[in-house]
Amino acid sequence: MANQDLAIKASTDTLFSGSSRQPRRNAGQLVRWLLLFGGGVLMVMPIVFMISTSLKFPFEVYNLNLIPEEPTLENYTYVLEDGRFYRWFVNSLVISVVTTASAVFFDALVGYALCKFRFPGRYLVFIAILSTLMIPTEMLVIPWYLMSKSFGWLDTYWGIMFPGVMTAFGTFLMKQFFETVPDDFLEAARIDGLNEFQIWWQVAMPLVRPALAALAIFVFLGNWTAFIWPLIVTNSADMYTLPVGLSSFGDEVDVAWELIMTGAAISTLPTLLVFLIFQRFIIRGVVMAGLKG
Amino acid sequence: MRFYSTLSISQKQIVWAWAFLALPVIFYVVIRFYPTANAFVLSFQEWNLLSDRTFVGLENYHRLFSDPVFWKVFQNTFMYLILGTPISLVLSFIIAYHLDKVRFMHGTIRALYFLPFMTSAVAMAWVWRWFYQPVPIGVFNNFLASLGFGQIQFLNSTTNALPSVLACAVWAGLGFQVIIFMAGLRAIPQSYYEAARIDGVSTWTVLTEITIPLLRPTIVFLVVFSSIGFLRIFDQVFNMTTNNPGGPLNSTKPLVLLIYDTAFNGFNMGYAAAQTVVLFTILLVVSLLQLRLLKDR
Repeated sequence: MANQDLAIKASTDTLFSGSSRQPRRNAGQLVRWLLLFGGGVLMVMPIVFMISTSLKFPFEVYNLNLIPEEPTLENYTYVLEDGRFYRWFVNSLVISVVTTASAVFFDALVGYALCKFRFPGRYLVFIAILSTLMIPTEMLVIPWYLMSKSFGWLDTYWGIMFPGVMTAFGTFLMKQFFETVPDDFLEAARIDGLNEFQIWWQVAMPLVRPALAALAIFVFLGNWTAFIWPLIVTNSADMYTLPVGLSSFGDEVDVAWELIMTGAAISTLPTLLVFLIFQRFIIRGVVMAGLKG
Repeated sequence: MRFYSTLSISQKQIVWAWAFLALPVIFYVVIRFYPTANAFVLSFQEWNLLSDRTFVGLENYHRLFSDPVFWKVFQNTFMYLILGTPISLVLSFIIAYHLDKVRFMHGTIRALYFLPFMTSAVAMAWVWRWFYQPVPIGVFNNFLASLGFGQIQFLNSTTNALPSVLACAVWAGLGFQVIIFMAGLRAIPQSYYEAARIDGVSTWTVLTEITIPLLRPTIVFLVVFSSIGFLRIFDQVFNMTTNNPGGPLNSTKPLVLLIYDTAFNGFNMGYAAAQTVVLFTILLVVSLLQLRLLKDR
């Protein structure tokens, strides 16, 4: 494990520092660059079209130029004044923030306990939690629905959030990262008179901050874009999350593509902006989470 | 507190461990294990939410395996898998392999490929759905028309709809796979390449004898990760065919959409649970098979 961790650390480090690879400069290199750049531009075209169309008046939608002749924010004011998108945005934000905070807290707590405490049943708890990774969510949605129905959780924030307040993947990830925290640090804190909770929170947690950030990004993105469970558990438009709301909205206006694109932009732009600001950091997080999983 | 101070160090550890784990253990039992067991039990029952739950033995499974719609859906689900996984893997490897050798605007190009991964599947399903519309609305058909080609029915054709939906799913996941491949490539020690250069080995041999074998762990991870993703496809299909989910004529319907329909439109909870058990079995078999095939040798 230690070797693998070192390899991962080395790979993430070289991915971000200028690497030692020195490509030969020749015509082949230029062709490679042009093809890659062209492919990259094609990749973002759907996003560019979405944004450009959301800035167009209806009469210009069928004109496929990317820069609108008369750019307008009218679609945004129309959609937001309608109130529904505003509400869905707030729902999504509350749900994603709360589940992210909760999942990161509990995943780290459990990961730490499984890594640093010696107690009977430790292995069993670890295997039990890990085994839930093999159960697809789709299998659980029916029992979850029945459960929510009998507890009165249908169409509530809690109903949308409860399955996600802890994640097995995160627990596994955090356990791996706590392995890198030396026991000597914890022992020193123990001698200084801190209790175990303080040791976890004040000593161990700051040392795994990059892993916490990586996990937070994954959980947040997962909840922001989650569709099937919010679709099942909500039934009034007031409780929809952005993806569920957008799905219903699209059917309703069907032909008004500039409005659908505006809705799509509202549900995508926040994560895109966050990505553009914290690019390096997010890619590093994806690499860490991906390779550890 | 006095009692606590009489405990030995190792006993204190046990107390603290369970204090940390109490709430999470309850969570996993109530929100993961109990529902899993419930899904299995329900799959042997018949229940429409209003009547009583009655045990019917294997009847749900019998009914499922003799249902032509199920076999169509089964076939579709595997089409998503056997088209989606290799296409996305080969594409992302080619991109990562070349991007690894590019320095100029490296970060920008990487961001271009990665951006789609940050979008929501639902929003992008609607964007792609718009692209696929006939003239004068759809971008693709407009483009074809301007080049003088005929029109293509993308989402309204039983043969084209599934690949059209799949294209959107492949596009959305590509950036993630590129990034993971790049990290894998960077983890290969530079000295291997230097040795190969000194020996005058061709680029192709370096690729097949050094790069790909050393990437095995990355490849195993991505194959399993992406096949599970394609076997569970739902968001794109549902949103690109909302007027007739899974259509036309069930030609795009995957297993998860069938489950959703049976449970939440048909309210056949037992029958739907049997379908989820089948999905669970498929996912388990496919990932174990892949781990087996790819890991040893």
